[in-house]
Amino acid sequence: MSEHWLSIVLFTPLAGMLILLLIPSRRADLIRVWANLVGFAGFFVALPLLWRFDKSASGFQMVERHEWIPSLGARYIVGIDGISLLLVMLTTLIGAVAILSSWSAIQEKVKQYYAMFLLQQTGMLGVFLALDFFLFFVFWEVTLVPMYFIIGVWGGPRKLYAAIKFFLYTLAGSVLMLLGILTLYFQHFQQFGFYTFEIAELMKLDLPLGLQRWVFWAFFIGFAIKVPMFPFHTWLPDAHVEAPTAGSVILASILLKMGTYGFIRFSLPLLPRASMDPAIVQALVILSLIAIIYGALVSLMQQDWKKLVAYSSVSHLGFCTLGIFALNPNGLAGSVIQQINHGISTGMLFLIVGIAYERRHTREIAEYGGLAHVMPRYATVFAIAMLSSAGLPLLNGFIGEFTILQGAFEANRIWAAFAATGVILGAAYLLWLYQRTMLGQITNPKNLHLPDLNLRELAVFLPLIAWAIWIGVYPKPYFEVLEKPVIEIVQRVRPDYFQHTPVLASAPLEVLR
Amino acid sequence: MSEFYTSVDHFALIPALMLALFGCAVLLFDFLVFPAPRQRKWLLLFVVLGLGFAGLGLARQQIFLAAEGLSEFTAFRGALTIDGFSIFFNWIFLVASLIVALVSYRYLEIEGEHHGEYYGLVLLANCGMYFLAAGSDLITLFVGLELMAVCFYIMVGFLRFDKRSNEAAIKYLLLGAFSSGFLVYGFSILYGLAGSTRLGDITAALASRSAWDPLVFLALATTAVGLLFKISAVPFHMWAPDAYEGAPTTVTAYLSVASKAASFAFLVRIFLGPFITAREVWVPLLSAVAVATLTVGNLAAVTQTNVKRLLAYSSISHAGYVLLGLVAGNPTGLKGVAIYLLVYTFMNLGAFLVVVALRREHILGEDLEDLSGLMHKSPGHAILMLIFLLSLAGIPPTAGFLAKYYIFWALIQARQYVLAVIAAAYVAVAIYYYFRVVRSMFISEAADREPLASSFGLRLALGVTGVLTLAIGVYPQPWLELAQNSVLLR
Repeated sequence: MSEHWLSIVLFTPLAGMLILLLIPSRRADLIRVWANLVGFAGFFVALPLLWRFDKSASGFQMVERHEWIPSLGARYIVGIDGISLLLVMLTTLIGAVAILSSWSAIQEKVKQYYAMFLLQQTGMLGVFLALDFFLFFVFWEVTLVPMYFIIGVWGGPRKLYAAIKFFLYTLAGSVLMLLGILTLYFQHFQQFGFYTFEIAELMKLDLPLGLQRWVFWAFFIGFAIKVPMFPFHTWLPDAHVEAPTAGSVILASILLKMGTYGFIRFSLPLLPRASMDPAIVQALVILSLIAIIYGALVSLMQQDWKKLVAYSSVSHLGFCTLGIFALNPNGLAGSVIQQINHGISTGMLFLIVGIAYERRHTREIAEYGGLAHVMPRYATVFAIAMLSSAGLPLLNGFIGEFTILQGAFEANRIWAAFAATGVILGAAYLLWLYQRTMLGQITNPKNLHLPDLNLRELAVFLPLIAWAIWIGVYPKPYFEVLEKPVIEIVQRVRPDYFQHTPVLASAPLEVLR
Repeated sequence: MSEFYTSVDHFALIPALMLALFGCAVLLFDFLVFPAPRQRKWLLLFVVLGLGFAGLGLARQQIFLAAEGLSEFTAFRGALTIDGFSIFFNWIFLVASLIVALVSYRYLEIEGEHHGEYYGLVLLANCGMYFLAAGSDLITLFVGLELMAVCFYIMVGFLRFDKRSNEAAIKYLLLGAFSSGFLVYGFSILYGLAGSTRLGDITAALASRSAWDPLVFLALATTAVGLLFKISAVPFHMWAPDAYEGAPTTVTAYLSVASKAASFAFLVRIFLGPFITAREVWVPLLSAVAVATLTVGNLAAVTQTNVKRLLAYSSISHAGYVLLGLVAGNPTGLKGVAIYLLVYTFMNLGAFLVVVALRREHILGEDLEDLSGLMHKSPGHAILMLIFLLSLAGIPPTAGFLAKYYIFWALIQARQYVLAVIAAAYVAVAIYYYFRVVRSMFISEAADREPLASSFGLRLALGVTGVLTLAIGVYPQPWLELAQNSVLLR
């Protein structure tokens, strides 16, 4: 049992989906109840990972491996380190919350909806758990189809356009990534004489810089489209705006993290030379900085509530990629924590938009105003989500952004200076949004009698708020969990990092403990 | 058994013999024993028996090769070569024939053209394919090709009172005859160069000539034209969309998988046999053809509104991918060709079978609109179609991904990075048009309430193709081992 724990976590949603398919579709409420049970079961089976996980051990833990396709050298290998542990916990929790939040929002084709949702859940977990590149790629692609349907079937007016755009963009990226994977796979065969997709084996490769660069760009296209980094971000506002609320939550909170996770798990350790290549680092950092500032500026201009939140994702993910390519422990640890934070706070923001939309069927910011008078609980929750996203100290956003800026500062002061403007702009568009929607007098009579959050809706937010406060007040366990994997990656990419700066390396991490 | 017909010859010939025998028996019984239209279903029994005996013969060949540890044996003084390659492809043909025969009776009844000779033609066409995969003599190969082609000309025009079907048959016949002419011209030059029609002798004769010898080039070019026509590669693809659209859908399905696979087997035999020494000439040639095929197939499919035409263009683009496996030319690529054709048989048959099910009394069921709301009307069909389309597009964990994976892998191994990127980029284009179908099925509202056509054969065939399309993708190991034996060809 215990050696299969990760597989249980991985396949719980899929098993739940298969049983769900047996329920006749006219029994909508039974389907809802079952999907929610499976969603929470997914979270609760993942919980024991927390105490089974040994933070002091290096490498991957709870590894499970089976032969799968011997003639290709593809194996079923799953395992976790600190980075994937956090992302798996995020996925299972957000998944459960998103399923709970769709109870009344989804009224037609209920069975298909929840089936897609649970399938998606297994796909995303697989991405974070797989330690075999072939397996990873299969899960990576498996996540595309359910999301296409979630946007395309239950989405807003321009759903068809948004759904196929999302699909085409990510697919185009991932086939190029596949070519990169195959190049590594073939190079490994040439150097070691056998074919394998196992990450640990591929890490032994010693490739010349030129080839690493090509492979890096192939991976880059796949991951950068998913993140999305600056020139590839145009699918994101469409997909987020058109998706149903829970779909946006999953997209923003988890799917985007697959891109950043890809950079951390594959690009850096497998292609250390290319990742250290100054031209590449500079290009990626500049793209990240553009994303931070551009995303924030565009958010300031938005008239559409949901679009504003969508663009804020571009800005926040810019921080995550900046942290990764600062290439030091602070940057990387901050990046992972910021990914979790973004999952929590942007997930909440999308849920908040969704609740307003369910009541009023509009997302125009100008339609709202003064909601705090009629929906006090709602306004409180929104305030917490907004402040956590804006990076207020004692809430989670601050920890992530601060650590990333620290890492960026260590790498290059100018980067940090530019990135810091993003924090300020972020506070500006979020506070202004809050002011326009929640504060002041109610100007629109339609808003006079809006019902406040009911118990189910409140239950959706509570775990997320609790988590946000936990990270904000006591982030130490998170840094502890991340310490080993982050140091391993930095050591792999910059072997001399800890020799030259032994003091600096661990000191900034200590500060936050 | 005489000097001219030894037991080995018999052993090599028996599957084809069975196919021909039962094919003729179907024609006779149709005429003499089952004249009433209601009884024609019983002819299916002959088809199943014929294919069964042919399969038995194949299995015995396979067991014989394995037991003796041989890679091949020849019969009729080298006119037939039985090796892993021929056996593998013949299994594909048999399965395709069986599936097509099983689903046809209901469809032809609806079309009002349920005649016994249809089943005879299916078996005889399969007999021709047998020689395409196993033949190693120009005459044998050519006769096999024509036997197959003639059966298909008739089957494409099987709907006698349908204008489109007639048009398709005439187009296919004229262009097919024209391309056969090219092929024979090429064969005559090969014969002139070698003084023999055996592929082995020709290979030896060409080996002594330089790759750029004008005569060799002429033979290569004309043979290639004939063969590329059969696999509907650009620029010889014009017949395909019309023929596919006009033909009865069951025939389209058969044509698009079995005929294409057989022609590929033929092409691989010729290009890796006699023309192996001219590799440096045909690799760039086939690369250009493959890229053009991918481009035209994929781009033209984007705007189609008729599902059969859409699948026709998609099948053109698949020919491009298979050609790329041959261009890579390494063992991975050749294995890729075999796997691709195996997988393609199931997924493409499956997709056409759904279109077959859409044909009902008074409803043509070929337009994208006819598929709309299918998820609501018949979720089983819609989900199966989704699986087939995902597989055709190459999305894991379906079988189609594995097929494309092999092609990419082979190209990377051969360091053909540019071709690999082009091939990969067209996956994204392909997803666009396949998902136009998905969009109709899952998102649009239903156009009619008429339930889909159904028969035991159709349900069985859909189930088998669907399960295999998924199973090969999720657990490919046994299938890869199967294909492994087929690449014994140098």
